[in-house]
Amino acid sequence: MNHLLSIEDLDRAEIERIVTQAARFAEVSDREIKKVPALRGRMVLNLFYEASTRTRSSFELAAKRLSADVVNFAASGSSVEKGESLKDTVLTLSAHKPDAIVLRTPWAGAAELVSRWCSAAIVNAGDGKHEHPTQALLDVYTLRERLGGIDGASIWIVGDVAHSRVARSNIIAFQKMGAKVTLAGPPTLIPRGIEALGCDVRYTLEDLSSADVVYALRMQRERMSETWVPSLREYAAWYQINGRRLSPRQVLMHPGPVNRGVELSGEVVDSPQAVITAQVQAGVVVRMAVLYELLSGAHVPRPVPEPQLA
Amino acid sequence: MMAANPLIHGPSTPAELLLADVHVLDPRAGIDVRHDVLVRDGYIAELAEPGGIDGPEGIETVHGQGRHLLPAFFDPHVHLRTPGQEHKEDLETGTRAAAAGGFGAVIAMPNTEPVIDSAPLLRSLRDSAAREARVPVGFLAAITRGLEGEELTEMAELREGGALGFTDDGLPVRSAGTLRKALQYQRLCGGVISLHEEDPTLSRGGSIREGAVSAALGIGGIPTVSESTMVARDAALAGYERARVHFQHLSCAASVQAVTHAKATGVSVSAEVTPHHLLLSEEDVRGMDTRMKMNPPLPSEEDRQALVAGLREGAIDCVATDHAPHAREEKEVPFEQAPMGTTGLETAFAALYTGLVLTGELPLALRVERMTAGAALFDLPTPRIAPGEPANLTLIDLDAEWIAGEHGWESRSDNCCFAGRRLRGRVLLTVAAGAVVYRERAFSVVAA
Repeated sequence: MNHLLSIEDLDRAEIERIVTQAARFAEVSDREIKKVPALRGRMVLNLFYEASTRTRSSFELAAKRLSADVVNFAASGSSVEKGESLKDTVLTLSAHKPDAIVLRTPWAGAAELVSRWCSAAIVNAGDGKHEHPTQALLDVYTLRERLGGIDGASIWIVGDVAHSRVARSNIIAFQKMGAKVTLAGPPTLIPRGIEALGCDVRYTLEDLSSADVVYALRMQRERMSETWVPSLREYAAWYQINGRRLSPRQVLMHPGPVNRGVELSGEVVDSPQAVITAQVQAGVVVRMAVLYELLSGAHVPRPVPEPQLA
Repeated sequence: MMAANPLIHGPSTPAELLLADVHVLDPRAGIDVRHDVLVRDGYIAELAEPGGIDGPEGIETVHGQGRHLLPAFFDPHVHLRTPGQEHKEDLETGTRAAAAGGFGAVIAMPNTEPVIDSAPLLRSLRDSAAREARVPVGFLAAITRGLEGEELTEMAELREGGALGFTDDGLPVRSAGTLRKALQYQRLCGGVISLHEEDPTLSRGGSIREGAVSAALGIGGIPTVSESTMVARDAALAGYERARVHFQHLSCAASVQAVTHAKATGVSVSAEVTPHHLLLSEEDVRGMDTRMKMNPPLPSEEDRQALVAGLREGAIDCVATDHAPHAREEKEVPFEQAPMGTTGLETAFAALYTGLVLTGELPLALRVERMTAGAALFDLPTPRIAPGEPANLTLIDLDAEWIAGEHGWESRSDNCCFAGRRLRGRVLLTVAAGAVVYRERAFSVVAA
């Protein structure tokens, strides 16, 4: 594995290898000294074009626990605001010879594009509404810890699928791991053609009781300037996961940050079914496993591909 | 009401040429046979059986060896980017690309900086073309000032200044009321009204065709109805006002149906389709290569087939490239940030020959007809291979294989969606408005 650009690039065995490695690193997190020397002397560059606290700090923590050096580069307040292109920023930062670049941008395909411009291993930490592969891996890890495995499980992903890179990566990852995925949400937020990925589509939560796992997506208030739904109040009435809709045997997930009272009611966030904080903990160990997978072992310099037009 | 010479080109020398033993194919003239063709003083002087013409003293002979001689193609839709965006293309490089693609004339769109929306601007542009254009260029002027969709341009004055017609290309005329007034004004000043059809309330936020690929990539989709509802609306307006409209770059079956319906009910409409919409589909966007980003977006496979059928059966009148050059740095960005458009002049013939003629989907003769039909739609003479006609010819080696872009481009920009593909059919020589405007570098000519 040279890069982690899309969950599509991983087969089931690779996903299993990463989550198994993550489980080994979980043991490190319980030690008094939470650090191993696996990536000593390696440099990880966090390049974030979008606001992010949990993903960025989770990558930073993961790299530090592996003893790698970490440099954080946020687009705001940088040369990006002076009009520097993504390509020039990447070329400039590459001059410091990072071993890995963790990249988040608001643009689909940006991670793949950057992988053609430099020799570092690229980790896609979210590219627009396209993918968020480490989120999918940590969700698989979390479910494996909780359920033992997800083969044959029924997983419902509920809410704003259209604007969610988490949804896209998880549909693919869950299915690769043998689960059956159903999407549910208002018709305006379920993109036309998404069933081609192999999932079912519902517009109500009537059959939610058939789910083993309920994965609620964040309703992004900032998107509500365009009227994707008539009101958040009505959305909550139809699609909120609450005590009436969630049964005790179901597992509840959410990528965070949660809008209490919108996609989730307060009581379910605090319920024993919710694994939301376990997801956050999984974030660090899974990202450790990803960085370890990409950077450990004999350091083979990656060939820099010929520059070409995107 | 129109300037005497709607097509304009730079200084040129009338050709004196004997094209010996070429396979002349001109479907309108009913010729599909090996001939010698003599060009004197820029006009076709004589056609005769091979060996039937003794080249007059001092005249260059091109030994065709049975290669195909076709009427030069006509492209009713290109972006030459002058004035204001010469870093992408200019009159010289754009018309050089046209010549290299076998085109004898092109029509340039007015969405430049500034927009061609006044007669003085148009005059100055035509003056530049009279110095720089290698093949004849016609210009469309904007329908509305600044392409803002609100106030009509001074259409009558623009026509007197040489506008072949009008378009807000790049943008739709959102307001039906505004378009209706332009159609009414057409009665005074003539000129085809050429329409880019898109409903911005449906296409907003979209970069590619809505469907399985846009859903999988998380890239905003543009639904087919964004185009087809506007085609239907404007066909209805044209029928009501008895106006003449041309629909640009159709991209879906529903638009073809709307055009078919309009034609069947006697409305004076015509339509074009681009090589990329005929040959590529949304599947080609999966790699998020920005060269595959154009407006309208690449169609579904089903729609692509409907476009091919529409072209074959005549619902679609002609091929247009929508040659849309963009600078490297503009396209070398994440997909959603990239501007829309692909270059197309240099690959149009070979791409369609390889992708549709060799596969049996479109006969070569019909193909030639559709690549020259654009002229008549804009009230211009159709290039013909017959004695007495001005020489507008292209000599093509149908067997030559090449990789698109392997030796660079004549265009200033390299954002070609066919780059890197192995194509059959190479333009060897182009004669436009009586002058030799292009010779393939490796093609040897022998002087008599």
